[in-house]
Amino acid sequence: MPDPAPTQRAATIAVLVENEAGILARVVGLFSGRGYNIESLTVAPVDEERRLSRITIVTSGTDMVIEQIKAQLDRLVPVHTVSDLTLEGPHLAREMMLIKLVSTGEQRMEALRLADAFRARVVDATTESFVFEMTGAGDKLDAFIALMKPLGLAEVVRTGVVAIARGPRGLQA
Amino acid sequence: MSATTAPTSAEARTMTGADIVLQALKDNGVEVIFGYPGGAVLPLYDAIFQQNAIRHILVRHEQAAVHAAEGYARSTGKVGVVLVTSGPGATNAVTGLVDALMDSIPVICLTGQVPTHLIGNDAFQEADTTGITRPATKHNYLVKDIAKLAGVVHEAVYVATSGRPGPVVIDLPKDILIGKGSYTAKPVASHRSYRPQTEPDGEAIRAAVALLKRAKRPVIYTGGGVINAGPAASEALTQFVRMTGFPCTNTLMGLGAYPASDPQFLGMLGMHGTYEANLAMHGCDVLLNIGARFDDRVTGRLNAFSPGSKKIHADIDPSSINKNVKVDVPVVGDAGRILAALIEAWKADPTPVDREALTSWWRQIDGWRAVRCLGYEQRGPIIKPQHAVKRLYEITQELGRETFITTEVGQHQMWAAQYFGFERPNRWMTSGGLGTMGYGLPAAMGVQIAHPDALVIDIAGEASILMNIQEMGTLAQYRLPVKVFILNNEYMGMVRQWQELLHGGRYSESYSASLPDFVKLAESFHAVGMRAETASDLDRVIREMIAIDKPVIADILVAKDENCFPMIPSGAAHNEMILGAGQSGGVAGVTDEGKVLV
Repeated sequence: MPDPAPTQRAATIAVLVENEAGILARVVGLFSGRGYNIESLTVAPVDEERRLSRITIVTSGTDMVIEQIKAQLDRLVPVHTVSDLTLEGPHLAREMMLIKLVSTGEQRMEALRLADAFRARVVDATTESFVFEMTGAGDKLDAFIALMKPLGLAEVVRTGVVAIARGPRGLQA
Repeated sequence: MSATTAPTSAEARTMTGADIVLQALKDNGVEVIFGYPGGAVLPLYDAIFQQNAIRHILVRHEQAAVHAAEGYARSTGKVGVVLVTSGPGATNAVTGLVDALMDSIPVICLTGQVPTHLIGNDAFQEADTTGITRPATKHNYLVKDIAKLAGVVHEAVYVATSGRPGPVVIDLPKDILIGKGSYTAKPVASHRSYRPQTEPDGEAIRAAVALLKRAKRPVIYTGGGVINAGPAASEALTQFVRMTGFPCTNTLMGLGAYPASDPQFLGMLGMHGTYEANLAMHGCDVLLNIGARFDDRVTGRLNAFSPGSKKIHADIDPSSINKNVKVDVPVVGDAGRILAALIEAWKADPTPVDREALTSWWRQIDGWRAVRCLGYEQRGPIIKPQHAVKRLYEITQELGRETFITTEVGQHQMWAAQYFGFERPNRWMTSGGLGTMGYGLPAAMGVQIAHPDALVIDIAGEASILMNIQEMGTLAQYRLPVKVFILNNEYMGMVRQWQELLHGGRYSESYSASLPDFVKLAESFHAVGMRAETASDLDRVIREMIAIDKPVIADILVAKDENCFPMIPSGAAHNEMILGAGQSGGVAGVTDEGKVLV
């Protein structure tokens, strides 16, 4: 048994899977059935020719639980490779967000200035609204949302985290 | 499909989906299917009717079809195959599938499905079978393209039987079974994504042997993984245990991997394991686990489990390692290959074993053995359940017939595990992980199909047996001479035992009321019924039961209030076990935390 109060850590796990029906349900069912956290989950095909999709999961738990999560994912039949990016060296993690602002006057100007500072792009504009597109690490997105709150924040949509290892290392199927 | 067609000429032939399924099963060595027909699988039943290569056994309930396939698989080492219809056929099979998943039994379950164009429309007898069975199987498939059908069947057999075995569902829409497509032969290339590691890492093996050689108080603890690895793995285990001189204990699922009569065998471990096995686990300094999963029934309270030992865990499933118990040396691979590698590495490592330490360890173990934790006294006319199992064992030994035992779930199951000795693997079929009442009778059916001349006995309780009693009809139809040996105490005995020990003797709903007359019940199912009411009847009834070449129900009326001991109460440690009734005050100390545990 682990120590009385084992330390929790966050983990960003990358999974290469067969691009087939039901694979996402298998992964999500595994997490809910065994009581693991999902903080964020993204999935999309990454290799049409070899029918591969890549899933990025942000989760948390003790080292023992995260090892379990990896082992449980790895034993799913359509799973090719599982990698704990957090453990295996430096990695990049990015999220994309679309954020809608409904406001007029000085608030609009302030929002535009901040968007510029955060390198958010205006992708839609009317006389009373903006939609900004922004990509970055999760905390940068959080900070921008916090700044937009008093300026007429109306709606937020985020993709969840995608992540990749730095340097030449890669995930092999 | 013609039975005379050679499999090789099946390549690229056009045939119906139903014929493709049967051809693929045949090419994978399947000889028997346990099933129950229905609308969605009529095309498959029509194809079965027109061939002779694969035999179909008609069960009376789909759950029983899966348990029968499990019994077949466990007693032969081959994959068990099930065929059920859509909707209720599939949902009835779910309990059996989870049972096979928990106990790692290779089973293929073909389920009918409404035609592809109706899927999702709430059609008659439609259920989301792949959705429902996803967490109930090792893997499942919905075939929507006939071009993929043969490949899916081949892959399903590979997935069910390789790595850690398990159940696989193939959901077959009716239009796929009726449609025509070409057959593709078994692929030679390895699977795209599923390639479990079978060969152990040499470094891990050497590290394991280094620990074992220096052990002063070692224990070898093995489970169902050794049985699943085939009879050669059990032989290798026996060789390894004997060459080390170490004590060996088996889990409930692992019984038979090491000969029960061998002096180095400590008996089963765990909640109802022997005193010597559990205290050896508690006191050992090096623990070698092969093919077992540190289940809660084995470990007792986790933070008090084998507190002073270095632990080596060998398992084919990496997710079993460090799941419940943190281990020092993990070894991933097939139990048979691991044992072969251990034997080689043991010979290669020149370090001598500490004979002196080992001798004093055995002296300590012999002291625990002297407690005779399985001792009981058969006095007077009332049959003790332990005595009934013991006599059944001794009489079958004396007759020397090839004997297979299945069980239901509860007290009788534990007494069977304690008092029936197994010398070889694959002779013992029981529902370990899921604990499925109603497992034993259909499992015995599957065993008897695979071994027509063997003696197959379902050691049952009067409550469990009623959960799949309809299978007496299957026994009659196929003239399967299965013996149902009921330890009848008119209670759901294990529930009653827990209520006595943990819930103030309030026997809530655990009394077997309005029981049938099992003798008449047997007769109505074209079987023979007999009853033993007193100890003096017992041997005669056992001998008669075995001698009759027909299905038999033997109703053995046993002591109603007997409890199953030894027992590690829930939430307790191995060294806190209760040895008998006189000591049951020991459970007064069970905390609420312990009571929460099942």
